[in-house]
Amino acid sequence: MNTTKRQKQRKVLLMGKSGAGKSSMRSIVFSNYVAKDVRRLGATIDVEHSNIKFMGNLMLNLWDCGGQDGFVENYLTHQRTHVFSSVAVLIFVFDIESREFAADVVSYGAIVRALAENSPGAKVFVLVHKMDLVQARLRSQLFEERVDYIRAASEGFRDTVEFFPTSIWDQSLYKAWTQIIYFLIPNARGIEGLLRELAEVVDARELILYERTTCLMVTHVTRGVEGQNPFTDRFERISSILKTHKQSMAKHTGIPAGSSNFAEMQIKTGRFMFFITRLTENTNLAASIPASEQIFNAARVNIMLVRPRFAELDIANKPRPAVQQAFAHSAESGAGLVMPGDADEGKGKGKERDGASRGFEA
Amino acid sequence: MPCYSIHPSNHPSTARASTTEDDYMYPSSTTPSMEDLPEAEVPHTDPVPPRFHTGRLPNSKAGDGKPRLLLMGQRRSGKSSISSVVFHKLPPSETLYLETTTRIKKESMHSFMDFQVWDFPGHLDYFDPAFDVDNIFEEIGALIWVIDAQDEYLEAISRLNMTILNLQQSYPNINVEVFVHKVDGLSEDYKGDTFRDIIQRVQDELSDQGYENAPVSFYQTSIYDHSIFEAFSKVIQKLIPQLPTLEALLNSLCSTCHIEKAYLFDIMSKIYIATDTSPTDIGSYEICSDYIDVVIDVSEIYGWDRPTENGDAESQETGNNDAESLITMERKGNNYLYLREINKYLALICLMGDDSPADKKAVIDYNVGVFQAALKQVFPRAEREIAVPDQP
Repeated sequence: MNTTKRQKQRKVLLMGKSGAGKSSMRSIVFSNYVAKDVRRLGATIDVEHSNIKFMGNLMLNLWDCGGQDGFVENYLTHQRTHVFSSVAVLIFVFDIESREFAADVVSYGAIVRALAENSPGAKVFVLVHKMDLVQARLRSQLFEERVDYIRAASEGFRDTVEFFPTSIWDQSLYKAWTQIIYFLIPNARGIEGLLRELAEVVDARELILYERTTCLMVTHVTRGVEGQNPFTDRFERISSILKTHKQSMAKHTGIPAGSSNFAEMQIKTGRFMFFITRLTENTNLAASIPASEQIFNAARVNIMLVRPRFAELDIANKPRPAVQQAFAHSAESGAGLVMPGDADEGKGKGKERDGASRGFEA
Repeated sequence: MPCYSIHPSNHPSTARASTTEDDYMYPSSTTPSMEDLPEAEVPHTDPVPPRFHTGRLPNSKAGDGKPRLLLMGQRRSGKSSISSVVFHKLPPSETLYLETTTRIKKESMHSFMDFQVWDFPGHLDYFDPAFDVDNIFEEIGALIWVIDAQDEYLEAISRLNMTILNLQQSYPNINVEVFVHKVDGLSEDYKGDTFRDIIQRVQDELSDQGYENAPVSFYQTSIYDHSIFEAFSKVIQKLIPQLPTLEALLNSLCSTCHIEKAYLFDIMSKIYIATDTSPTDIGSYEICSDYIDVVIDVSEIYGWDRPTENGDAESQETGNNDAESLITMERKGNNYLYLREINKYLALICLMGDDSPADKKAVIDYNVGVFQAALKQVFPRAEREIAVPDQP
């Protein structure tokens, strides 16, 4: 039981020089900050831990490590094993505007060495951040230069390290984080398989599964000609669109951005129909389907019906047997604590039955 | 006044029948004929030169309905940034890289009616004899004077007043719109003080010169939020002769469908050309404007030309037939935002009231259809679907 729990907890280190933008990106991706809000953030002292429940079955244990030299020195010496052991992912952030790039890379080298010692199986992602400060035409060239240089200093991770140019002002941040998250999700294959099945049934051109609070893409399924969609960055674009919209709604309705979720958004045009709706506790499903009212309505009903199956994949529901066991123990001592669990289960069954009967109607 | 829309509870069958095109072609029974709206067609004929909503363009000699907006002001006051952000959707942060304007830049905005926006270099003396003053000002709809609120503005004000006085002699009907710009960098108190100070100075100086009640309006603007779009909306609304008709139509729609606030947006520029006459707050404009962005962006992503279709890709993504969109909120469980493409250029966006549940959607659809038909009569041009050439 313990081992499964540990698997779900993935330790993610967020490191980089002081002022590189680590806490800013964390606030934007996970705490519903708007890009301009990050001005309010102060320097991170030592390590800020945050546990982020992601997709139910994945618990991100994010270590936002303050980047001032004193702290970094400390991580590498006294806290070396504490910080660098059992790491799943290291995200290292470089500031593209940094005046001491060479020094940044030296520090990166030291950190990567410590990581290789303590968690050799970890994955390294390097984000070259604040790309918006570089003029558009110079961006890709500068990025390539930096990548080559950093890769050379990556020691044992030279072949596996991945690089992303990012900026908090556009969707590039989402692109990078989507890749990181995809790497971390344990049962991505299972979700993908189910999604593909669903896409066939509802005749969708594309289905995209988004995490609800962060609006990061979990996975997607694309069918037929949609694969030729010229907007290859559409997934992170939609992430960014959704996030912006969420903030705008929050501002208007006065509901905090964390909970101002729409139940459904539909867009129908002559060329396509699109809707986003809640799928499970933690996910939204976006569907792009052909421009036909019948297909649209059928797809909505089918997605409603398939919810319980996706909910099973979401581990949020899985610990239940464990809980019941615990209750069973206490039941031995005569307490009537089993009741709520039972009632809950009964309700769940009722829902399934309800869903099945509706299935027949459709 | 006869009500043109059916009431939610009354005729569900009519609502369903109305989805055919035929009903729209002869809508005399359901749409307002113009005599229902007496104020709409008859402009006020006051002896005093009217300032707004006159039913005709204030200063159009050719009368071709292509009003011109002139952007003027000191150099580095933000004129080119404004025109790039509003008409080219340039991200505000990118305006840092804009170069100094050295010659007059003419932009056209093709919408339900054509506008021209002329961006003037700040260093020009607009009344230099070498300049063809008549040519510049004769078609002008509004003069937008941009003042940098973060800079010394005394010189800007004296130039503005000089311009107003000069124009007043030959073109007394020009709307002068003063944008007190870059207010995003000022604290709340200081912003208000600066704004009042500028208004005071302009008006004092003008009345010292014997020009009372000058047709000058003031706006606080910034390209980093929605204020610049709102200001532009108000400027352009003054140039729309049909505004009272549009407002009456929207009012009527709002009251029949329990809509809290309805906006008629120009899709490309996100300027709203009319809204119902209930009080407007910037918040509801913002959410509608953000919503348009969502719909446009998603339409761009999925509206590409698929191989089975012909035609050049990505040119007309927003021009789909009657795009429609709806957002349902989780908390309220109600329809919250509703968007309907009215024609090639315009979209109707409604903020729904709390008592507008999902099952009334058919009624709303129907009434919006009626509204759309009425609008076709107001703006016959969009029907003709003229291919408008891009002019330099």
